[in-house]
Amino acid sequence: MFYQLEFEKPLTEIDDRIREMERKLDRGGVAGAPPGVTPEAVALAPDASSVRTELDRLQAERTETLTRIYANLRPWEVVRVARHPNRPQTRDYIGAICRDFCELHGDRRYGDDPAIVTGFGRIGPHKCLVVGHQKGKDTTEKIRCHFGCAHPEGYRKALAKMRLAAKYRVPIVTLVDTPGAYPGLGAEQRGQAEAIAVNLMEMSRLETPIVSIVIGEGGSGGALGLAVADRVAMLRNSWYSVISPEGCAAILWKQANEQTNAQAADALKLTASDNLELGIVDAVIEEPAGAAHRDPKGAASAIERWVVAQLDELVGKSNETLLQERYDRFRKLGAYEELAAEAGEDTPSPSVG
Amino acid sequence: MTQAATRTWADLKRDDGKKSAIPEGLWLRCPSCAQMIYRRQMEANLHVCPECGHHYRIGALERVRQLTDPGSFQAMFEGLMPTDPLKFRDLKTYESRVRAEQIRTGRNDAAVAGVGFIKGRQAAICCLDLTFMMGSMGSVVGETLTRTIEHATKENLPLVVVSCSGGARMQESGLSLMQMAKTSAALARYDDAGGLFISVLTDPTTGGVTASFAMLGDVIIAEPKALIGFAGPRVIKQTIRQDLPEGFQRSEFLLEKGLVDRVVPRHELRTELSRLIDYAGK
Repeated sequence: MFYQLEFEKPLTEIDDRIREMERKLDRGGVAGAPPGVTPEAVALAPDASSVRTELDRLQAERTETLTRIYANLRPWEVVRVARHPNRPQTRDYIGAICRDFCELHGDRRYGDDPAIVTGFGRIGPHKCLVVGHQKGKDTTEKIRCHFGCAHPEGYRKALAKMRLAAKYRVPIVTLVDTPGAYPGLGAEQRGQAEAIAVNLMEMSRLETPIVSIVIGEGGSGGALGLAVADRVAMLRNSWYSVISPEGCAAILWKQANEQTNAQAADALKLTASDNLELGIVDAVIEEPAGAAHRDPKGAASAIERWVVAQLDELVGKSNETLLQERYDRFRKLGAYEELAAEAGEDTPSPSVG
Repeated sequence: MTQAATRTWADLKRDDGKKSAIPEGLWLRCPSCAQMIYRRQMEANLHVCPECGHHYRIGALERVRQLTDPGSFQAMFEGLMPTDPLKFRDLKTYESRVRAEQIRTGRNDAAVAGVGFIKGRQAAICCLDLTFMMGSMGSVVGETLTRTIEHATKENLPLVVVSCSGGARMQESGLSLMQMAKTSAALARYDDAGGLFISVLTDPTTGGVTASFAMLGDVIIAEPKALIGFAGPRVIKQTIRQDLPEGFQRSEFLLEKGLVDRVVPRHELRTELSRLIDYAGK
């Protein structure tokens, strides 16, 4: 059965009626159309045609309701969509967008983290290196991928392949979809923080165009570890923030439940529009009606169009321009006020020495 | 900066949940060896227990005082003030939390930066301040540090950053996260310019601070028994549902795993820094 989110309940009634109409049509089809009679002939029957009209009307109503629901999602609901079990993941998008994908494995140091997929592929007219978090589709894959929580070897594998791409100035496309980097014994022992930190530093100076898209969850450092790029976009129903709503609720509201999670999701300004407004991302990629999980192909082509448009612009830039603009992009982020030197009197200056 | 501030904050925020890291009064009981020690003596001993060597947590100004030659430190970028870009509100507003911290500590935010001399060697220095919102990195900390790095790049100075932080500041959400990228990118340029960056990790250094500049030192030094990690011990415990091994995520553990270069007691920090600057600095 199709996994349904709570706020999609208004659809249930319409779906029931649609099924009812379809059954009617089927019955009509079976009764009125013995073998050899074309469906067109059945459709011409007055009864069937009125059912058809009703069905069309219902389907239009369904699309409209869906669009309306998804246009007015609360941030916490967006988080739920971003985690939808049927939401397309990195491997789905690679399958849909990349021609001739050639996967590359392993960090040459410790292992091959399945939570991060890396490989060469062609997107539109561009040769690319694609790097993305993979959460896993079935239980076995989910467990292998730690639900998209990468280990240090995942980040190191990503960097190793990105360096390879930069060596030949092959552009890099990263797809971000992680609740966060894995918090565990092995991850800490092998330097999770160092692995992410090095990615941040090195991605800022890789001499090739980099574009990033948050396709689902953009959870904190684990997300940023693949997202230091020339252009960053978010899919409409993805989130990107310094902490998950649950984590934030547990710390600042002292408890994580439906209510506090929703409050934290509001406060964190984690939606695509919020991040666009804050300048953290450069674009929001619209998803098909009712989100990417209803039309993975549609979502994939939207991503493809955006990636190709960005790369068309970026590949022609000199490395000097590219790196300067990438530096400036992150350099300007932050919100603070600056008191003039004279005004500094209000605040005690450190009496040290 | 007052010692009272350090006391209150440390008391409330000890990660083991126990009270009285530095209790009131002339005498105090060391949380490590349980000996009664004379406060003045502990303070004169660089806030290290004279009995067992337990390193007490200290604020940024005390840190600067301990590291730099007397009278040599010139503070910079002090006019940077936090704002509330997201109009963040949990049980309290971010604005009111910041104001309360500013009044309590007399500081604008959680970083002190400037230029000073360490045993006669000039260096750009930035110290995070645990007494201010757990040393968390928001826009002001990120900007202060980035400017310090850029200043060190321009002036060809060695860079010393002393970290102690709970991580990125939640109340600035995505903008805090971006400080990780911003500081790391500035360090890349400093590295390209051939600078020497010594990162000093003190108790505790976790989260987004560890996962950005703190782990990018050309040389990484840790104070003894400091908690250093990406995820906090509680989160890890919840994830793996088993108890953590003794000494996990402490400096000595990181040394054993090859993640830090040296564990250096506070008394030797000045000497070690100047020695490293002589070896590797320009």
